[in-house]
Amino acid sequence: MPERLASGLRGIGHQVVNGVWRLGYASRFFLLTLLRSPTSFRRFHLTVREIYFTGVLSLIIIIVSGLFVGMVLGLQGYETLQKYGSSEAVGTLVALSLTRELGPVVAALLFASRAGSAMTAEIGLMKATEQISAMEMMAVDPIARVIGPRFWAGVISMPLLAAMFSAVGVFGGYLITVVVIGVDAGAFWSQMQSAVDVRHDIMNGVIKSVVFGVAVTAIALFEGYDAPPTAEGVSGATTRTVVTSSLAILGLDFVLTAFMFTGI
Amino acid sequence: MENLVEIKDVNFSYDVRPVLKGINMTVPRGKVVSIMGLSGCGKTTLLRLIGGALRPTTGEVRVAGRLMSKLDQDGLYEMRRKMGMLFQFGALFTDLSAYDNVAFQIREHTDLPESMIHDLVMMKLNAVGLRGAQHMMPSELSGGMARRVALARAVALDPMLILYDEPFTGLDPISMGVISELIRHLNDALGATSIVVTHDVQETLKIVDYVYFMSDGAVVTAGTPDDIRGSNAPFVHQFVWGEMDGPLPFHYPGSEYAADLELRGARA
Repeated sequence: MPERLASGLRGIGHQVVNGVWRLGYASRFFLLTLLRSPTSFRRFHLTVREIYFTGVLSLIIIIVSGLFVGMVLGLQGYETLQKYGSSEAVGTLVALSLTRELGPVVAALLFASRAGSAMTAEIGLMKATEQISAMEMMAVDPIARVIGPRFWAGVISMPLLAAMFSAVGVFGGYLITVVVIGVDAGAFWSQMQSAVDVRHDIMNGVIKSVVFGVAVTAIALFEGYDAPPTAEGVSGATTRTVVTSSLAILGLDFVLTAFMFTGI
Repeated sequence: MENLVEIKDVNFSYDVRPVLKGINMTVPRGKVVSIMGLSGCGKTTLLRLIGGALRPTTGEVRVAGRLMSKLDQDGLYEMRRKMGMLFQFGALFTDLSAYDNVAFQIREHTDLPESMIHDLVMMKLNAVGLRGAQHMMPSELSGGMARRVALARAVALDPMLILYDEPFTGLDPISMGVISELIRHLNDALGATSIVVTHDVQETLKIVDYVYFMSDGAVVTAGTPDDIRGSNAPFVHQFVWGEMDGPLPFHYPGSEYAADLELRGARA
């Protein structure tokens, strides 16, 4: 029995040491990415190319999801607000829900699934097919040349995608509540305009989406770079990217919301 | 003749598992030298030590007089600009065309105008016979063509040292012959020095000047191709002539055959 206990403790200790080591390695990787970022701006065409792959190619899923989320918010909001005779406030509800929470959070979750997983798989496969080693042997720093531009592309794309998600969501809410149900358009827009504050609501939403962009992109790139160079390794890394990013987004959202909107 | 690469008493271990044991080797300038041995004998590890991707546990690896293990990243990159490497399966950048793969290093390390880069890339692709495939993507190239583009990319900056990691793996006989001829021809045309890590005996012996034979992390014999062909060392003989049984037995060590077949009366 004591032997089994000791073996169990050893196992836990091993896991903890591995976890701490990996966290340290990830932090070092993140710092190196920041330190070698000047290349991403000096040769901005590299970053623009990645913005196309991570941002532009994510537009379809962001726009379609935003539209449906906005329409559902409109339906649910109208259903609830109608009971209290304030159905015109549905515009405010849709806009605040989207700009403060759903825009940044859902857009980031979609971004992690679509662009984050693609980044991990791409970097992992580059490693498995020795493209990263080839770059190093050509005296080209892969962190500066491959990781940096992808990192900044993710950080730049994320708030733009979240803004797009929110804008299309508001339009979806308008379509359902004003065009289909018949809520007064003037009340819908004017209540929204007076209730939504640029600094408090929109800017905080933008800050959230930038933080999520940093988290998702850093996780995706690290998982790809650290992936064992096998089919199984790349597949596992891609799964970890989606799971870790999603948990990080939800955890960070709670912390940011607590600081931004509740004055904790 | 001056040595471009000098390896002295090199030992290397992954964790506690020794991979290289007391390696001594020299590669003279202008020569094509091969390192041969079975898979897993430490050849590729040795190549990675020469390229500075790994550092020896003990001993020295010098390239052009510089101690590779003591170089910082800038020093290492400065040395690597003077080296080219052909990876086992080419390692072409899959998102770039054949042309852009060859141009990659020139664009990264020089400020040459695009017109001059174009001429250089054309010359390199012409040297490997693939000028006409310049627009093709790596996925459209056959294994042999991909290896030739990778070779053009490896010599894009006219390196002083070219490293080849299993350049013949998975190639048909014609592609194999083309690659081996190109290795010799490019080495002589560029005035470079080449190290070819391989286990492909017959093709390699046709083109190299000197051979180091490795087994289990150590150099077991060395000599010119004729020395190797005529060697009576049992291991070298088995390897060169591809004999089924010899010092390296056909059967992996295990329990007795009869016992595995559960024959009556067999010992457990």
